[in-house]
Amino acid sequence: MSAPLRFRLNGRAVSVSVPPARRLTDVLRLDLGLTGTKVGCEAGDCGACTVLMDGRQVCACMVPAAQAEGTEIVTVEGLAADGALSALQRAFARHGAAQCGVCTPGMLMAAQDLLRRSPSPSAEAVEDALGGVLCRCTGYRKIVDAVLDAAANRPPGNPFDDPAPRAGRAVGARIARVDVVPKLTGTEKYGDDVAPDDALWLRAVRSPHARARFSIGDLKPVHARHPGLVRVLTARDVPGNNGYGIYPTIKDQPAIAADEVRYRGEPVCALVGDRDTVLGIRDDEVPIAWDVLPPVAGVAAATAPGAPALHAKLPDNVLTKGRLQFGDPDAAMAQADVVVEGDWETGFVEHAYIEPEAGYARRVGDRIEIHACTQSPYMDRDEVAQILGITPDCVRIAPSGIGGGFGGKLDLSVQPLIAVAAWHLGRPVRMAYTRPESMAASTKRHPAVMRGRWSAARDGSLAAVEFVGDFNTGAYASWGPTVANRVPVHASGPYRVKAARALSRAIHTNEPPSGAFRGFGVPQAAVVHEGLMDALADALGQDRLEFRLRNALRAGDTTACGQVLKHSAGLPACLEALRPHWLRLRAGAAEHNRSAGNGRAAVRRGVGIGCMWYGIGNTSIANPSTMRVGIGADGRVTLYNGAVDIGQGSTTILQQICADALGLPVDRIAQVVGDTDRTADAGKTSASRQTFVSGKAVELAARSLREKLLRLANVGPDALIAVEGSTLLLTEGDVRRRVDLASLPAEGTDGDVLTGHGSFDPPTSPLDADGQGVPYATYGFAAQLCDLEVDLALGTVKLRRFVAAHDVGRAVNPTLVEGQIHGGIAQGIGLALMEEYLPGRTENLHDYLIPTVGDVPPIDVILVEDAEPLGPFGAKGIGEPALVPTAPAILSAIRDAAGVTIRKLPALPHRVRAAIRAAQGARAGEPA
Amino acid sequence: MAYLRPTDLDDALRALAARPLVVLAGGTDHYPARVGPWSKPPADEDIIDISALSPLRGIDETGQGWRIGALTTWTEVIEARLPKLFDGLKLAAREVGGAQIQNRGTVGGNLCNASPAADGIPPLLSLDAEVELRAAGRSRRVPLADYVLGNRRTARRADELLTAVHIARPRHEARGDFLKLGARRYLVISIVMVAGVIERGPDGRVASARIAVGACSAAARRLPLLEQALAGQSIEARLADRAAPAHFAPLAPIDDVRGDAAYRREAAVTLTRRLIGRLAS
Ligand SMILES: Cc1cc2nc3c(=O)[nH]c(=O)nc-3n(C[C@H](O)[C@H](O)[C@H](O)COP(=O)(O)OP(=O)(O)OC[C@H]3O[C@@H](n4cnc5c(N)ncnc54)[C@H](O)[C@@H]3O)c2cc1C
Ligand code: FES
Ligand code: FES
Repeated sequence: MSAPLRFRLNGRAVSVSVPPARRLTDVLRLDLGLTGTKVGCEAGDCGACTVLMDGRQVCACMVPAAQAEGTEIVTVEGLAADGALSALQRAFARHGAAQCGVCTPGMLMAAQDLLRRSPSPSAEAVEDALGGVLCRCTGYRKIVDAVLDAAANRPPGNPFDDPAPRAGRAVGARIARVDVVPKLTGTEKYGDDVAPDDALWLRAVRSPHARARFSIGDLKPVHARHPGLVRVLTARDVPGNNGYGIYPTIKDQPAIAADEVRYRGEPVCALVGDRDTVLGIRDDEVPIAWDVLPPVAGVAAATAPGAPALHAKLPDNVLTKGRLQFGDPDAAMAQADVVVEGDWETGFVEHAYIEPEAGYARRVGDRIEIHACTQSPYMDRDEVAQILGITPDCVRIAPSGIGGGFGGKLDLSVQPLIAVAAWHLGRPVRMAYTRPESMAASTKRHPAVMRGRWSAARDGSLAAVEFVGDFNTGAYASWGPTVANRVPVHASGPYRVKAARALSRAIHTNEPPSGAFRGFGVPQAAVVHEGLMDALADALGQDRLEFRLRNALRAGDTTACGQVLKHSAGLPACLEALRPHWLRLRAGAAEHNRSAGNGRAAVRRGVGIGCMWYGIGNTSIANPSTMRVGIGADGRVTLYNGAVDIGQGSTTILQQICADALGLPVDRIAQVVGDTDRTADAGKTSASRQTFVSGKAVELAARSLREKLLRLANVGPDALIAVEGSTLLLTEGDVRRRVDLASLPAEGTDGDVLTGHGSFDPPTSPLDADGQGVPYATYGFAAQLCDLEVDLALGTVKLRRFVAAHDVGRAVNPTLVEGQIHGGIAQGIGLALMEEYLPGRTENLHDYLIPTVGDVPPIDVILVEDAEPLGPFGAKGIGEPALVPTAPAILSAIRDAAGVTIRKLPALPHRVRAAIRAAQGARAGEPA
Repeated sequence: MAYLRPTDLDDALRALAARPLVVLAGGTDHYPARVGPWSKPPADEDIIDISALSPLRGIDETGQGWRIGALTTWTEVIEARLPKLFDGLKLAAREVGGAQIQNRGTVGGNLCNASPAADGIPPLLSLDAEVELRAAGRSRRVPLADYVLGNRRTARRADELLTAVHIARPRHEARGDFLKLGARRYLVISIVMVAGVIERGPDGRVASARIAVGACSAAARRLPLLEQALAGQSIEARLADRAAPAHFAPLAPIDDVRGDAAYRREAAVTLTRRLIGRLAS
């Protein structure tokens, strides 16, 4: 080690002795303890590590410590001078520009660089400045708005700067996220920011093969060579059941593979020791004898006769089948006037949350505690318990901040490994996935091979619809059964049909386990139903929007499950709201195409439409949420909220609901979030359920507490409540009552004097063998328009605008709802145009492309509020509905512009161009 | 594990002469190459960090033309005052990663890393650039086309540093241009990119043209037949029609995750025609 490194950090001189080639990110985070600078890839691809170096934005992950010598470094921690948020940070808060917040430090630093150089930049300059920072949550538009807004030095007094709304006005208000400040200052602690200094490091050794048998040889030589290696864990070290999985009866995924691996990236052993040691041991130093077997890739290979079975229990590799039959589809199809059909195919899609999986575990006596990023604390608790062979009450899951999930953090990741290690060693053990590890090991969106046949009568009413889809569920079950069950319900789209048949299968292959990803298979199926709705409209000579409106499900209609929709079916309202935009955009496109149209025009514009419906909550199974609200002797109101906020904003939404149900201002409420020792089970953050299900539970809990308070003072239901110190003030007309909370006895473990409990489980019924029943208590509806241009000669697609109309029941916080829609659209863009995970080939964020700030066009959001009587204040859900219609709208617009239907997603330039060539019958080698 | 960060070029060259060392400039190719599939072993390697060698910095105008120091960053290229000849190089500089990459990545690093998709190489080929290579007591200049040998292969010897890139002053008024095709807007590895320079003679005709295509062969290639076909033609919109598929014979594109070979070949022709059209307008 050479002379200490000296530089200025956030205005202060620092000196630290580190190896000169060490990444500046590690120096900042590990040596100096400033964890505000995030690490998403260590390869320059994500920009989460962006800091200012001598006033210019750089990726700290690629700066050798030696080159920081003598420089001035500013990190996110240096932005809020003297504790007050900067104008830029405040603008981020106002605009909802931070969701999970893990990209926020990088975004802020990139924007800071720009604003110092160019105080009033154009939108284009903002995009250029932020082009190197990826965000997976926001869809970027609100970030760009925030930067422009900060630059404009808006005068104080704009609506977002208002103090918290008065009591009873929280629902519907655009308040800033209640948890936003730590995300803006770099103090939020994500999975890799929480471990204590004395934690050991763990790294998994993973299979480079998709299918192999293996044995691990004598480990003594590795130990001898690496004194810092404390322990190598293998399958034999798993104390309980070496298998986990979402379903109580399918625990098929080993925590550590025993003697066989079923996909590339499966852990075969874990190295535990000091950081340099475990990261420094090369995989080939670990004595593993591989017997490599030919992998089963793709559903066709997996279902071919004689295909090897991945799991002995499933000789045909079929994990589950889903089925729906409604009416007499064969007769209705035969009688229909027009029949269209088509095939589509989608690939693996990676969640690509910017925060890789990370966390630490420690043993406390006979209990284990896990601090890691997760979407499902209670399921983690039960899974870790059975892996360790202990009871669930001996496991505490206290989630860290979560840098995005989108379904990918529903399954276990680091938890089993760090739990087993900490359990044996009695010392804290930490682990953080590298980006390639995260991409290879984690679950994916199911690739789908789908076929649809749709029919209509000449008058434009839908007749029979048929769907057959095979979903590649990869090596382990994960959420495969959920996808296979959810898809048939949704396969007929948000339309009234005479008859339907939908068949789905989840099929095992030696590929990454496909799990939950925003929409559980519905986004794939929507590509089919919307593609065929376009084809039918064209065949009938009808306008594509009007044709959908004519067939849209309305309150009172019966779905293909035989469920009668009683309320809150707002698709017609969405389509009507879109109609003027549709006409305007289509006229603009036609005008462009006409004026450019001398036969050589390379760029043609088109407008597309996509619709969707989405059942909120789990399919036909219980998914209750339980919430508690307490008031302490000191007058402090606490919401004990077990719903983890993965960036989508549930912490804020639930606090807004709590405030109005209780009748107190929203800023009077504190929260304890997602700690299995302190909060009840609110279920998973999935299936777009937290606003609807947990929101209702919060509402009930808060109302119950309110009733207790009213009863205490013997006032009526309309009394106003206020809290001043430990005094409760109740006013009803002229009557004013005071209650001294401090005089009441404390109840329960948290010291509250009064508590309200609430539980909600949406009413559903099981589906019968024909898929008939009530799978969901309510549905979100939406329609989106996409305006784009296609470069016919290159096959490239440039998006111009989206207009998105969503029926959310009630927008509890319109800014956050818009944020979900923007983010969903961005992921839909990725699905449609660029994202394709190929195991072993696109395991990083430069070969696997997700949209950047320049790939998401302006988005106009129209919120339709067709209240759902079951939901809290009428609210439903938005997380997944936001994404579902986007890819269909893009494909529809490509079809409109270029006259071709893209059947294999993503629509990469070479695929679009190939489709155009095929359509034009162009001669090879002769460009258009 | 040694880490040298000399401030004197001769010291650096002596160290390189003494033993093999890994050269590190802006680090934007170096560090990403050290993220393993699931591990990231702190690389067991001896490094020479050249970032403190001031003679390798900056862009200077010389009697014969211009000298771009190897350590010149892409941002410095963008911000430099340079004639229209360099417009293609500047456009390429704007397309190298995002602002963070442009602030750190160097011209020399791009040429030495020699990725088939290196955005700096086609514009510098179209500028007929020569690279200056120095070793202890030796110095040589090599045309860029002879320096980049293939996919991440160059003519650099282990004891040499690339110290600068030289560009001769054209005889006529000249303009450069660059077009990049990728599957997203920012931070994207090129599927195809095309760079060109056209010199305009006093007669309004093409005095000389230099066109180079990247990501369509192991190393970016000039298109001599096309350049000959353009020479002497009058500079007007229809100049682009001169580009014929046969001119693209030097290209040998491959299939990869970003596009297939047939698409690349076709897109190269399309982009080249557009580039010539822009240069001629
Ligand atoms: C996110 C991201 C996006 C990128 N996007 C692009 C892109 O769009 N287009 C593109 O072309 N590139 C891109 N790059 C690659 C890279 O940024 C450029 O190639 C850059 O110019 C490399 O310069 P550097 O100084 O950082 O090189 P370094 O990483 O320091 O070095 C690169 C290689 O060159 C050698 N080397 C460097 N300088 C010298 C020298 N003077 N003499 C001898 N050997 C030397 C090193 O030993 C090393 O092998 C991207 C990189 C990242 C991380
Ligand atoms: S961590 Fe540095 S760019 Fe991703
Ligand atoms: S808010 Fe940008 S990645 Fe989550």
